[in-house]
Amino acid sequence: MEILAEGRGELLSRVDPEEHREWVLKEKNRSLDDKTTTLSEAVSKYVKDDLYIAFGGFGHVRTSFCAIYEIVRQGRRNLTMAAKPGVHDVEIMAAGGCISKVDRAYAGGHEVRGLSPAFRRAVESGTIGVVEWSNAGFEWRLKAAGMGLPFIPTRTMLGSDTMKESAAKVIECPYTGRRLLAVPACYPDVSFIHVDRCDKFGNAQIDGITIMDYDLARASRRLVLTTEEVVDERVIRAEPWRTIIPYYFVDAIVEIPYGAHPSNMPHRYYFDEEHIGNYLIKAKTTEGTKEYLDKYIHGVKNFDEYLDLVGGVKKLSYLRKLEQLREMLKAPWIEGA
Amino acid sequence: MIMDIKDYSPTEMLAVAASRLLKDKTTVFCGTGIPMVAGLLAQKTHAPNLVVVFEAGGIGPKVPTLPISVGDSRTFHNALLAGSMDDVMSAAQLGFLDYGFIGGAEIDKFGNVNSTCIGSHDRPKVCLPGSGGGNDVGSLCWKTIITTPHEKRRLVEKVQFVTTPGYLDGPGAREAAGLPANTGPYRVVTNLAILGFDESTKVMRLLSMHPGVTLEQVRQNMGFEPLITDKIEETAYPTQEELNILRAEIDPYGIFVKQRR
Repeated sequence: MEILAEGRGELLSRVDPEEHREWVLKEKNRSLDDKTTTLSEAVSKYVKDDLYIAFGGFGHVRTSFCAIYEIVRQGRRNLTMAAKPGVHDVEIMAAGGCISKVDRAYAGGHEVRGLSPAFRRAVESGTIGVVEWSNAGFEWRLKAAGMGLPFIPTRTMLGSDTMKESAAKVIECPYTGRRLLAVPACYPDVSFIHVDRCDKFGNAQIDGITIMDYDLARASRRLVLTTEEVVDERVIRAEPWRTIIPYYFVDAIVEIPYGAHPSNMPHRYYFDEEHIGNYLIKAKTTEGTKEYLDKYIHGVKNFDEYLDLVGGVKKLSYLRKLEQLREMLKAPWIEGA
Repeated sequence: MIMDIKDYSPTEMLAVAASRLLKDKTTVFCGTGIPMVAGLLAQKTHAPNLVVVFEAGGIGPKVPTLPISVGDSRTFHNALLAGSMDDVMSAAQLGFLDYGFIGGAEIDKFGNVNSTCIGSHDRPKVCLPGSGGGNDVGSLCWKTIITTPHEKRRLVEKVQFVTTPGYLDGPGAREAAGLPANTGPYRVVTNLAILGFDESTKVMRLLSMHPGVTLEQVRQNMGFEPLITDKIEETAYPTQEELNILRAEIDPYGIFVKQRR
């Protein structure tokens, strides 16, 4: 196939479905086994230095922060991260010194809240390298991998510098003769997705928008679910149409209520804007960033201790009411609120 | 009551002007910030049947309070569908999204948008967040609306990095690149003016100025000379109803839309 144009960005992920199939044949368990474990075990077993890692949700919505903190606590280094988009997830991974390369659809911003200080410092000082994508481009990279393909043709990113700084290639459509962008499949080495519920085998349900997690679950070599609750298999079988991730994609399951804090877990709890806002103030300096990490990540043994430290039951109750629109939003970055 | 320019802020004018561009019974893909505000304002005024779509999968929500993220739970509150990124981006690629609505750090005369970096890509002076869904909105929606503060450093001759394609380097460039036909930037809304794009040259053209704004002000605060025709309209004043809805219902804290104090 003739390549009409191509981006200069490095292809950071695995892309070959044949290699993936062989690995699946050898490594992935198709038996209905109990995969529940602890977070520290799941992270130490599946997250090794230098791997390509991705997180489910939307950067700060239904994102497995319990896993991110554990990865920082265990001191992983030189990871490549999919920021597809990334928001507070990629910020904490950068602050923790865990990542050296980022496949980016979005990273460096904190949406409404403004800037993402540690990530920006790392890019501007050259300690993190960035390859560009768009959100749709990234979604369809995961879709290609989730279908067991090496690429997928799309009509986005064409003509832009986003394309020029990506690892995508422009090809001619064999049917219409038009130009298409072939985005490469992205098969992450390991991913963490936070879900509402799953059984002990890993059959999982998500209440609300699924964002990119249907495809991320299928595309990933290793998949760890952190879940608000582990439910009986009968709950899953009663409404099988709600299963978005079937068990065979899943390698480990950790039950960890509020595991997405300080992100928004739809229907359960809203963003902890006090916590995120105070982090963003601290993160303006490297010293402040270190103080935050020392207090909230290195200074606690596990996620339960962290939840106590951020305000315990009282805070979690407030966040639940906020999600249900029964409380007013308070945030350090809002004047007069 | 006759409205005076002292009764509202320039950002309120921007939000109101942007919202009026959205027609009833259409679909709009909203990015974070002012685009969300404008979409909600349109729904609460002239376009009750406008369907707002958010990139993370929220389609047709009744947004109860301003979302902090284009993916948070407010973006699919009482929605028609709580779907996925694939749902929304495929709808855009299929041609179902009429308007796309985005902001950006730099916009040039062909409507190209930079939200990626200032300085070199590999070692930027300022690292901006990148495309997010911006490139996809600008590539795939029928009509892209861009909002920005009217400043020389933002409205530039040529963006340093084309994060989101406008008309690229002129007529025919989008089609030659393979982007869907008959798409591209439609309006640029600032705190001073509304601009469009010339049919033949694809260069930005001044369409209307907000009340109290002079041509000199518009020109002095841009890094390039827009096309100017003899007949420049005056943007209609915000109505009291529009301002009340903005202030009381949509953005009471002035997170995106600063009120005049």
